[in-house]
Amino acid sequence: MLSQYYKKDFKILSKLENDMRMVYLDNAATTQKPDVVLAAVKRYYTGDNANPHRGVYELAMRATDVHENARQVIAAFLNAERAEEVIFTRNATEALNLVAYSYGLANLKTDDEIAVAVSEHHSNLVPWQRVAEVTGAKVVYLYPTEQGEYTEEELTSKIGSSTKILAMAHVSNVLGIENPVKLASRLVHQNGGIAVIDCAQSVAHMKVNVRDMDADFVAFSGHKVYGPMGIGVLYGKYELLDAMPPFLSGGDMISHVHESGTTYAKPPRKFEAGTCNLGDEAGLVEAIRYVEAIGLDKIREHETELCKKALEGLNALGRIDIYPSGSDKSGSLISFNIRGVHPHDAATIMDSYGVCVRAGHHCAEPLMERLGIGSCLRASFAIYNDMDDVDIFIRSVEQTRKVMGIGS
Amino acid sequence: MDLKSLYSQIITENSRAAHNRRPVPGATVSLEGNNPTCGDDIVLQVKIENGIIEDLGFIGSGCAISQASASLMIDLIKGKTVEEAKGLVDLYLRMIKGEADEKEYIDRLEDCSALAGVAKVPARVKCAVLAWHTLEDALNQQPD
Repeated sequence: MLSQYYKKDFKILSKLENDMRMVYLDNAATTQKPDVVLAAVKRYYTGDNANPHRGVYELAMRATDVHENARQVIAAFLNAERAEEVIFTRNATEALNLVAYSYGLANLKTDDEIAVAVSEHHSNLVPWQRVAEVTGAKVVYLYPTEQGEYTEEELTSKIGSSTKILAMAHVSNVLGIENPVKLASRLVHQNGGIAVIDCAQSVAHMKVNVRDMDADFVAFSGHKVYGPMGIGVLYGKYELLDAMPPFLSGGDMISHVHESGTTYAKPPRKFEAGTCNLGDEAGLVEAIRYVEAIGLDKIREHETELCKKALEGLNALGRIDIYPSGSDKSGSLISFNIRGVHPHDAATIMDSYGVCVRAGHHCAEPLMERLGIGSCLRASFAIYNDMDDVDIFIRSVEQTRKVMGIGS
Repeated sequence: MDLKSLYSQIITENSRAAHNRRPVPGATVSLEGNNPTCGDDIVLQVKIENGIIEDLGFIGSGCAISQASASLMIDLIKGKTVEEAKGLVDLYLRMIKGEADEKEYIDRLEDCSALAGVAKVPARVKCAVLAWHTLEDALNQQPD
């Protein structure tokens, strides 16, 4: 398996958790970081650190090169038409807020509709609720089937001439299924609206091709794709970015500032107020090279294999509820509950076996309400996980029942 | 981590106990308590007459620790005066912080002392204190 070649690149995985082998299965929350990423951050600060775009000295030029090179690497990774379409943010949440507050506030008016998939992470849902409140626009929710799929019928019935914005994740952080973002983008474009696609959960697991999906805006976080925390990306079509007002304002985003007013820089700098996080941009570039060297297709194949094995194990135990039910799980995560055991108790007990899984509502409360549950467990896989991890995971689920006194 | 002390029989059984899961007729205070990050959510109802806590009940859902601590708390507090209850809440919260004397809490908190193990699992402290903080707020809402 892939993991045999790559696990050694992640020092943290050789540490013990509760005196047990660490089985890290919370990759949908954040991935671990390979040595090359950590080295790239250090290399920046020990060799190239200065404030970009400001100094005229050689070192500041090198820092500027790091920053603009990172933009080009990410543009190529996303298949963007031009590097100027890549804006650095802190994370996907900030990127989505940028779109909501800049594009949304400027373009929405009373009775316009924002079509939001109900399975969205709060980061692609709450900003739209807030912008709707200010502008008088209406949030219209798209609902998946019991199998977690958004059908063409559902999309065509909700996306219409009033729809100005579609907000949908490429992959839901709970359901783990690829959403029909290309179809949804086409439908919203036919009605003169734009598509905002949250790729936080797909970028480490499959090719994100912004031109193929014809998304107007795409957001992702570096830390979910083996990069550092604190660096995220917003992709936006250049004409849209150029016409949008700034989000944050201050240094580096201006053209000229006079007592009487300010003119703004062109994108992307118009949206990058203040000093950017170059160290982590350098780390993100290395993370992208790392996954590209392995190949996203191979990563997906590996994770699907682990997911299938885990699903078989859970089904063999019985009395496990999988969300969505009946899914074949050709993805990288499994959301589930152990019948009769609250997920927080399960996660604490599994932790005592070294197994790190997420328990809670996964920042997707409207989806939890639809599923009729308050919370659930989620196991999510990455390139360094192997079949032993799956076995330990399944055994820890079995033990959880015993500890809670409800048999095995 | 000592799972046995965290999930003792007292806790697993009381997490499923039904006798305190009910609305309280004639309740003088009804308060909601929740842990937004994990979804534990309870409504605690208390009936206080002449400074005595005559009856308590709760409705809600959450993990075994939050549910057991709510039910055990009700068993302990029922029939106590408001002042006694405030003292017990204070002692319980100190126990969960790992700051209380073992002999004192075993003596005064009775079965609730089964939750002392939570002091060593910081991630679960908020579960163990939810009902107690809700009761504290409810008691502070009562006019003297």
